[in-house]
Amino acid sequence: MAARRISTMLSRSLSLPSAATSLGRKYGMQRFSSAAVVEEPIAPSVQINHTKLFINGQFVDSASGKTFPTLDPRTGEVIAHVAEGDKEDINRAVSAARKAFDKGPWPKMSAYERSRIMLRFADLVEKNIKELAQLETWDNGKPYQQALKSELPMFVRLFHYYAGWADKIHGLTVPADGPHHVQVLHEPIGVAGQIVPWNFPLLMFAWKVGPALACGNTIVLKTAEETPLTALYVAKLFHEAGLPDGVLNIVSGYGPTAGAALASHMDVDKIAFTGSTETGKVVLELAARSNLKPVTLELGGKSPFIICQDADIDSAVEIAHFALFFNQGQCCCAGSRTFVHEKIYDEFIEKAKARALRRTVGDPFKKEIEQGPQIDSKQFQKVLGYINSGIDSNATLECGGAQFGSKGYFIQPTVFSNVQDDMLIARDEIFGPVQSILKFKDIDEVIRRANATRYGLAAGVFTSSIDTANTVSRGLRAGTVWVNCFDVFDAGIPFGGYKMSGIGREKGVYSLNNYLQVKAVVTALKNPAWL
Amino acid sequence: MAAARRTSSLVSRSLPLLRGGKQINGGRGMYRYSTAAAHENPITPPVSVQYDKLLIDGKFVDAASGKTFPTLDPRTGEVIAHVAEGDAEDINRAVSAARKAFDEGPWPRMTAYERQKILLRFADLIEKHNDEIAALETWDNGKPYEQSAQIEVPMVARIFRYYAGWTDKIHGLTVPADGPHHVQTLHEPIGVAGQIIPWNFPLLMFAWKIGPALACGNTVVLKTAEQTPLSALLVSKLLYEAGLPDGVLNIVSGFGPTAGATLCSHMDVDKIAFTGSTDTGRIVLELSAKSNLKPVTLELGGKSPFIVCEDADVDQAVELAHSALFFNQGQCCCAGSRTYVHEKVYDEFVAKAKARAQKRTVGDPFKAGIEQGPQIDGEQFEKILKYIRFGQEAGATLETGGDRHGTKGYYIQPTVFSNVKDDMPIAKEEIFGPVQTILKFKDLNEVIQRANNSVYGLAAGVFTHNIDTANTLMRALRVGTVWINCFDIFDATIPFGGYKMSGTGREKGEYSLKNYLQVKAVVTPIKNPAWL
Repeated sequence: MAARRISTMLSRSLSLPSAATSLGRKYGMQRFSSAAVVEEPIAPSVQINHTKLFINGQFVDSASGKTFPTLDPRTGEVIAHVAEGDKEDINRAVSAARKAFDKGPWPKMSAYERSRIMLRFADLVEKNIKELAQLETWDNGKPYQQALKSELPMFVRLFHYYAGWADKIHGLTVPADGPHHVQVLHEPIGVAGQIVPWNFPLLMFAWKVGPALACGNTIVLKTAEETPLTALYVAKLFHEAGLPDGVLNIVSGYGPTAGAALASHMDVDKIAFTGSTETGKVVLELAARSNLKPVTLELGGKSPFIICQDADIDSAVEIAHFALFFNQGQCCCAGSRTFVHEKIYDEFIEKAKARALRRTVGDPFKKEIEQGPQIDSKQFQKVLGYINSGIDSNATLECGGAQFGSKGYFIQPTVFSNVQDDMLIARDEIFGPVQSILKFKDIDEVIRRANATRYGLAAGVFTSSIDTANTVSRGLRAGTVWVNCFDVFDAGIPFGGYKMSGIGREKGVYSLNNYLQVKAVVTALKNPAWL
Repeated sequence: MAAARRTSSLVSRSLPLLRGGKQINGGRGMYRYSTAAAHENPITPPVSVQYDKLLIDGKFVDAASGKTFPTLDPRTGEVIAHVAEGDAEDINRAVSAARKAFDEGPWPRMTAYERQKILLRFADLIEKHNDEIAALETWDNGKPYEQSAQIEVPMVARIFRYYAGWTDKIHGLTVPADGPHHVQTLHEPIGVAGQIIPWNFPLLMFAWKIGPALACGNTVVLKTAEQTPLSALLVSKLLYEAGLPDGVLNIVSGFGPTAGATLCSHMDVDKIAFTGSTDTGRIVLELSAKSNLKPVTLELGGKSPFIVCEDADVDQAVELAHSALFFNQGQCCCAGSRTYVHEKVYDEFVAKAKARAQKRTVGDPFKAGIEQGPQIDGEQFEKILKYIRFGQEAGATLETGGDRHGTKGYYIQPTVFSNVKDDMPIAKEEIFGPVQTILKFKDLNEVIQRANNSVYGLAAGVFTHNIDTANTLMRALRVGTVWINCFDIFDATIPFGGYKMSGTGREKGEYSLKNYLQVKAVVTPIKNPAWL
């Protein structure tokens, strides 16, 4: 469940509560279950204690004194006013991180000590798991059960994983061609700038902060303006766990101001960004125009989900449904082009439609709810716009197609069949609960069509033939291939894109590369016993 | 055989003119350096230019425009050959050929062992043609022939044998899963690699770029520097003789703003690697950002400190500091161009460094015993003389040199400045010529702070007998290579690259393979796993 879009540096359109649209209401069907949105929203039992910027171990107001509202996607109402970080705040945060790196104890303490602080942090998160899950759901709109039982435990698991890496960052000794002793040191890169999206606020925090801290770096992290709350909470816990001041600084704010200042900063040694491909280009350009800091990008996708003739259809329908609709369709790796073999196409459509119609939509705090609201009105309108585009281009609307309920940003689970490769809904990233089902005849054809995109993030393949699985998994130009499964996100599995889906890998041993510099040290050898 | 740079600028396309630099400071030529071959007749190189066209899809072809440009002999500024001038259209042709060779051709589909054998045969052919290749390199670049024939060309063969050995050792991983899944990672070739190399080590930079790209199963479009197009065409011909399939390696001679920029912006190029100036590296990265976000490796400028501690062996330090700066006419990105000497040994060091520079033999690079040939062209020649004037104007002490050598070509006297201060342009900017600047320091913390106070972070030299001093400096210097009691050790296995604005990524060694691989995670459920 990777990341995205948020915190765009290009446009700063904050979602307004009033913008909840009437678009698409003509299709407003109410056959989805548990229409909780017409009821009063369930009140979360968590208090918001932290709304300021977190710089040098202190919660502080923004230099300008400005704040911005963060909204409840169920209603569009204000949850809290949060300090709005700007260029000046980024400068303050970078100075703190710089000082903590150059002079502070963090890179100078033993890896074991760093590891123990990260383990203590994971324990504290576990202790506060319910509050954090509630806050995540409140700010983001994702089902509480998903936040509580899947995402928060995975957050804890990721910090256990990276705590374990801290004392396993080995350099190499290297065979020389002559009388020299050669060693390679893997050093922390310095001050890391990180920009995370709104779709998985805490998980993206873990993917970014985990490897950076394990390698001994210090951090300035900008959260998404849609979801600033949980990062502030966990940053507080991290300091309770013993993180020295200035090692992790959190700046809430917008892309064009805070984000751009971070990406351009001459004292930031590395930048990692998760979001849209368009914003990723801006981040890379800002690095090019400033100090050439290395850039990791985790960007958009239009991932194919290929169901072969010999696949278990029921399992494929269920997992294809999950691959697209999980997290309200707000996943960069969503299986958003469902390619189905022509021999099973009609059966698949029927079952996919039936499954979508059974999807439970409603207040994410309610039990058994599978789908909450989209993040904000801008995304909500964009998704409805794509639905209209699908209808206009003559794809068959099997179900859904409109707003769900009348309040907040809920959208009906929507399925299109008879989708053609050149339709916008088959080419662009919709980032919402809209499944596009395409038909194919043979493997060579589907590999070619699956690869005919600027993206290359992930893919799903369903087959019982090992030959087909091997051919397709090598043939697809994508960073992850899930065979007979999808969205398996273990800490050990690297994630990232080919082509315009990004640069670099997060998670797994590969993620450490992003936060290390390589230094070769060569000494002249006198009378070597061996070479 | 240091690293690379400057050339093939996307920023300016000033082709060296025949008379470039001739009039500069012409009157003050001192002749105290030995073997002033520059005013004798230049030695005729024992090689002829056989290849002057573009190499696309396995064939030598004219540029689409039919245009050519002259490549010049730095000893005289005279034309060696007219070379086909690749432009946007030629890059497009070359990328199509590379694309087809990657998507449909045999190269990524043959076994790693077959690729290995082709690379090994290529290394053998280089060895067989060693002297011819070395002569062409010296003719086009101006570097001493002995350096080309005895060090650089043998190292090219060595680097290709190194990468040949990697082909069948590109392992992916199997990965422990958190649940009933079988997880593997595939390390796949990234696709079509665009590569832009500089003029200071034309063949070595070719090897650093091509070696890992081919070992990993990619196809390549390589743009050479406009100053030194010749040797790459000759050795690429040999690579095809060794059995490389058509279209796997395409060589486009040409200029940065046309051919180079097209390669960086190309939507069908999956990766770009550039060696050259920091200013041009920035443009390369911007063009990637504006096109398809291809991953970029950059090997850029430097202003590397060479730190001589109080307890160092002064004579050895003088000799190595001299070679660290003057090697290859000072045209190394990792040149030890800020010589920091402890105050207690400063005067002795300066006197000896001056004496060593005065002993340096400058002249026709084809002559035996010559240590220093001409600078690459009139533009560089003038730039270096300008920095020498800056040094004098800023109040640094000119110990020796300071002017052109002879009256013809682009020779410059080995020049040493003492009493250099950190804020002088000669201590901050990359001169890329035979100009040594010697600074004084008192204690270790001070020199660490001063050495790190630079936008660059490419390399450093440290001279000390004390293991504590060595260990402290080795960790504290923010640079990609630290040479302790040595300098310019460039074994194939040692990674090379920069911190800060000296670049992104590493070349050579195991690390270089990452630049040319994509990582693909493949996950399948396991039924009834025997273990997890």
